[in-house]
Amino acid sequence: MQKDGDRSRVFTRRVVLLAGAKTLLVSALAARMYYLQVMEADKYSTLAEENRINLRLLPPPRGPIVDRFGVPLAVNSQNFRAQVIAEHTRDLERTLRTFSRLVPLSDYDRQRVIKEISRRRSFVAVTVRENLTWEQMALVQVNAPDLPGVTIDEGLTRQYPYGPLASHLLGYVAAVAEEDMTGDDPLLELPDFRIGKSGVEKVYDLSLRGKSGTSRVEVNAVGRMIRELRRDEGEPGHEVRLTLDMRLQAYTAQRLGDESAAAVVMDVHTGEIVAMASTPAYDPNAFTRGLTSGEWRALASNPRAPLRNKALVGQYAPGSTFKMVVALAALESGVVRPDQTVYCPGHLTLGNHRFHCWRRGGHGHMNVTTAIEQSCDVYFYEISRRVGIDRIAAMARSLGLGHALGLELPGEATGLIPTKAWKSATLGQPWVQGETLVASIGQGYVLATPLQLAVMTARIANDGIAVTPTLCRQTTVDGRLVTRPTPQFEHVGLSRPSLSIVKAAMWRVVNGDRGTARRSAITEDGWAMAGKTGTSQVRRISMRERETGVRKNDELPWKFRDHALFVCYAPADAPRYAISVIIEHAGGGSRHAAPIAHDVMLETLRLDPSRQRSDEDIAAIREPQVAAQDAADTLAESAVAAMPAPLTLNP
Amino acid sequence: MIGDGLMHARLRRGEMSLGEKLWQVSWSFVLLIAVLAGIGVAMLYSAANGDMDPWASRHITRFGVGLALLLAVAMIDVRQWMRYAYWLYGLAFVLLVAVEVKGTVGMGAQRWIDLGFFQIQPSELMKVALVLALARVFHGADLSDVGRPLFLLVPTLMVLVPVALVLKQPDLGTALMMLAGGGVLFFVAGVRLWKFAVVFVAGLSAIPVAWQFLHEYQKRRVLTFLEPERDPLGAGYHILQSKIALGSGGLWGKGFLGGTQSHLNFLPEKQTDFIFVMLAEEFGMLAGMGLLLLYVLVLVYGIAISVRARNHFGRLVAIGVTVTFFLYVFINIAMVMGLIPVVGVPLPLVSYGGTAMLTLMLSFGLLMSVWVHRDVQIGRRGAFDEG
Repeated sequence: MQKDGDRSRVFTRRVVLLAGAKTLLVSALAARMYYLQVMEADKYSTLAEENRINLRLLPPPRGPIVDRFGVPLAVNSQNFRAQVIAEHTRDLERTLRTFSRLVPLSDYDRQRVIKEISRRRSFVAVTVRENLTWEQMALVQVNAPDLPGVTIDEGLTRQYPYGPLASHLLGYVAAVAEEDMTGDDPLLELPDFRIGKSGVEKVYDLSLRGKSGTSRVEVNAVGRMIRELRRDEGEPGHEVRLTLDMRLQAYTAQRLGDESAAAVVMDVHTGEIVAMASTPAYDPNAFTRGLTSGEWRALASNPRAPLRNKALVGQYAPGSTFKMVVALAALESGVVRPDQTVYCPGHLTLGNHRFHCWRRGGHGHMNVTTAIEQSCDVYFYEISRRVGIDRIAAMARSLGLGHALGLELPGEATGLIPTKAWKSATLGQPWVQGETLVASIGQGYVLATPLQLAVMTARIANDGIAVTPTLCRQTTVDGRLVTRPTPQFEHVGLSRPSLSIVKAAMWRVVNGDRGTARRSAITEDGWAMAGKTGTSQVRRISMRERETGVRKNDELPWKFRDHALFVCYAPADAPRYAISVIIEHAGGGSRHAAPIAHDVMLETLRLDPSRQRSDEDIAAIREPQVAAQDAADTLAESAVAAMPAPLTLNP
Repeated sequence: MIGDGLMHARLRRGEMSLGEKLWQVSWSFVLLIAVLAGIGVAMLYSAANGDMDPWASRHITRFGVGLALLLAVAMIDVRQWMRYAYWLYGLAFVLLVAVEVKGTVGMGAQRWIDLGFFQIQPSELMKVALVLALARVFHGADLSDVGRPLFLLVPTLMVLVPVALVLKQPDLGTALMMLAGGGVLFFVAGVRLWKFAVVFVAGLSAIPVAWQFLHEYQKRRVLTFLEPERDPLGAGYHILQSKIALGSGGLWGKGFLGGTQSHLNFLPEKQTDFIFVMLAEEFGMLAGMGLLLLYVLVLVYGIAISVRARNHFGRLVAIGVTVTFFLYVFINIAMVMGLIPVVGVPLPLVSYGGTAMLTLMLSFGLLMSVWVHRDVQIGRRGAFDEG
């Protein structure tokens, strides 16, 4: 018993120790609980909310693009998408097989669906096929019992009702690429989000895009949505209104047909582009849908470059359409008087080099009017020699050539107007006079885009007002689109006499007896057209070839044939529209470009897209330039007065 | 009062009728554990998003069955328990070996034996049997015996061999609990403290060796414990989410059925090992402290019973049961709060789980048996020795 007492005492002592240890441990638990739930409570509450609340973006509907009359050019169309949710379908392969019996499904799509489903969580919907027709959608719905897990989702897809007719202007939208991930718009991270990739869609992307809405949803640990807590609708994208007249745009594009060609129609007073076509084109709807690599290769490798907007980025030797520039430079500088003549024997010799006129037999005596009317090369060789390249270049630049004009489209080409300084700076060689002669007929270094040629023509037609082209009168201010008024254009500083001489000559090109475009005259009363043909040589004609006989253009391979050009404006006595047309590798401008320009001009005058503007409007636009015009006139008069008596300029 | 005196004599000798024994059961203790089980039912109801199925209703049934088992065990004379202690230990040992041979694989570890109608977890049974067997060993030893290292060899092996078997299953949590529970019995039996120090140092130096034998997931758990933010979406995810749930509960909690972390499944195993977190998220720190207090109350009962018992076997059994219970509570709560690595230990009476509940009620039954037969005196050498 004694021993049991010892045992008992030791036991009791140790139990007390044990109880003490337990007390310590329980206190540790309580302290930890206090630390987590009171001291750190805020931190963990935040973490818990972050866990639970998921912000989902609601993509806003993209703003439409419309033409000047509100005709929709780019819209959002209802898109029926078939989706499949993996956890609701027992046998994916079988479901897809059943589906493909109702709606055609390519092997590529099938592989993509299987791959995506294996990668994502089982409750995430994966798109099986987009752009179902209404019938296909109905077919899927009716067969729902045989298609477990397949649902129809309605989304918005960008659609271009006119397909390829205005594709270069509108551009297209496509999935966001890595390099587009700039800025902090969270919309860019949505997997199905599309942004403008070219054209107006790209330039006005921010306005068209709109503001994203948000939906706060409660999610569980695996990200499945439990319920929506709050929803903020976003702001739909703004409507962008272009200056384009879609009827005319369609007509122009169709008139150019299958040629590799470009045409620009603009208002000579406001600079508004009413049509700008480049053919062949592509269907932007295909880009929205996603191109197959085969389709892409076909587009990219086509020698007629359907992806390029030739009106804006195509740079061509302007050929004889450049002669107005030379003539104006000569007249304005007082180097040449209107009645002075040059004898054209069919060529001009400078040093030991012979420069040929397009007409082998020569034109005889030419003054500035007849030289433009008949496009005599020798006349321009001679006067350019006297005027010099730098004065020609200055005139070209003031008429809109040689620099970008600021059209609201990406990638505008600058063209090239050579000067002496330019040549020594870029080529490190001095300018040679022969190059001036070549430049005077729009060959050699001189390059211009169809847009620049249209602007040049417009600036001549409107008596020297420096209009700049525009495709959209809207501009973004603080994220909102604001309509800009027609700007106050500068005056180029050309005198009335010089302009009227050149304009009269251009009238004779189309309406004169010997005009190079006389077959393309507009005979409708009051709609007479003035213009200038151009043929731009693509290859160099060698001396030997001249001896053996120049090969006919039609016999050459397509890519060596001449470009056909025509610039014009109408009505000749009260100009409203200027047009430039270039047909690549077609041949002579009078035969190949002028008839098309004629048809487009006739259609333009018939539709008269600028008709909302009254004559008073036009007068108001022109009013500020009158003083400048008067000053230029005085200057030119004194220059002409200082000139010697009329004589032929030939040596 | 004469009857009272007679009664005492009978109690000392263990001659009580069934009615008298039932009268002796500590009904306040039964009420206490019923309250704890009730908390479990409420939390399991919430865990099922406000549904008695599938957990809460079965929890009630199991507690009912467990209560019957408790009373049945409590009615059996503590001397009977002492007599069959080694037999029970032997049975548990055989089952433990059987698991090795013919165990079904569940939860990545061999722990269960399927008897067709019932699944038993021999390691759970072993926890109880080990307490009984060690209590019998030390009951038969006086302090001088306990001082002899050679005497301690047998009970040490009795602890280490089943621990090794459980480790091999592998079930680190149960193994550690058996080791700690057994160690405590050595301690209260009067083994000198320096011997513990020796074992402790030896154990410490064995850690690098033991590390080699740990499973990859166990290593990961320990590493994750040491640095939870190491892998927030992998192994550290559970403990991080558990801390978030607890912390966001704050002082007052988010309300019954309002625990976002638990109901949105961020909290893992919310109906079993992490149920305490759910309670703390929905009812706040005050409820957590309250639950802790109830557990402390159970401990106080256990310690009081062990101190009050007049036979050494009973004392040892009571303290063994109490310590095992304490270890459950401590390991579970410390684990969910990120104080110790994640080990699969349920929260007694609250967590959902059949075997754990039955084992617990069995050991409480033993505690009650000790209490009911507290005045029975047992001789050193045997159950019916009147010495």
